[in-house]
Amino acid sequence: MDRYNCPLMRQLQEVSFALVELNLYLDNYPNNQQALADFNSLSQKYQELKAMYEAQYGPLTNFGYAPSQYPWQWVNEPWPWEV
Amino acid sequence: MWIYEKKLQYPVNIRNGDLRMAKYLITQYGGPDGELAAALRYQTQRYTMPTGKSKALLTDIATEEMAHLEVIATMVYQLMRNASIEEIKAAGLGGYYADHDKALFYVNGDGVPWTAAYIQAKGDPIADLHEDMAAEQKARATYEWLINLTDDPCVKDPLRFLREREVVHFQRFGEALMDVQECLDRKKFY
Ligand SMILES: [Fe+2]
Repeated sequence: MDRYNCPLMRQLQEVSFALVELNLYLDNYPNNQQALADFNSLSQKYQELKAMYEAQYGPLTNFGYAPSQYPWQWVNEPWPWEV
Repeated sequence: MWIYEKKLQYPVNIRNGDLRMAKYLITQYGGPDGELAAALRYQTQRYTMPTGKSKALLTDIATEEMAHLEVIATMVYQLMRNASIEEIKAAGLGGYYADHDKALFYVNGDGVPWTAAYIQAKGDPIADLHEDMAAEQKARATYEWLINLTDDPCVKDPLRFLREREVVHFQRFGEALMDVQECLDRKKFY
């Protein structure tokens, strides 16, 4: 199972998709408390999934948003288009 | 500032090469109604939007379009990666190969390079948001024509996802237009 087709990546894609949707919705309706509560709980969920994924495959985000083990893991292949 | 996430927004796993489809699909990379045009249009229009909400929406949709650009690039890359020279010539991509080999370049299906003339930033939020709504509908239609051009479920599936996103973006821009309109009307009266 490669890093882009594992169940953890699928979960990350699902949760981040819901977050994008809620984010765009909240841009237009910032006073919607239900949407905001959903956003905040999924945001928490995303951080948890991201930490689990990164422990296994290395950083998901560059520029300091995730630590790296030695040697510098950001350069590891495959890149997302190479599956 | 932007941060890159080393993942696709939507999974792409294309096993069978198809150069003709790659040639059609590349228009959503660098064509008039493609993802580059969308991303750069919203990105540059956001600076002169009148409200915090519209600035946020254009920033966020522009950013999502960059993720769509990557999905399209991945699809074209995977459709082309194992192609032989003979297949490239037969698909009418000899001219593309001469200029770019199998590199991803911002052209439409006929090889016409991307141009800033595809987009506008008028400085008038009503005009800009109308352009954005039209752009989403044109992108939606392009995705429908592209879906008609292939039988491969591994190609159709991400195209359906991208088509749906254009529908959602259209909806959000429409709401933003109404909000900005109201906001400008209120300013006129008081
Ligand atoms: Fe869009």
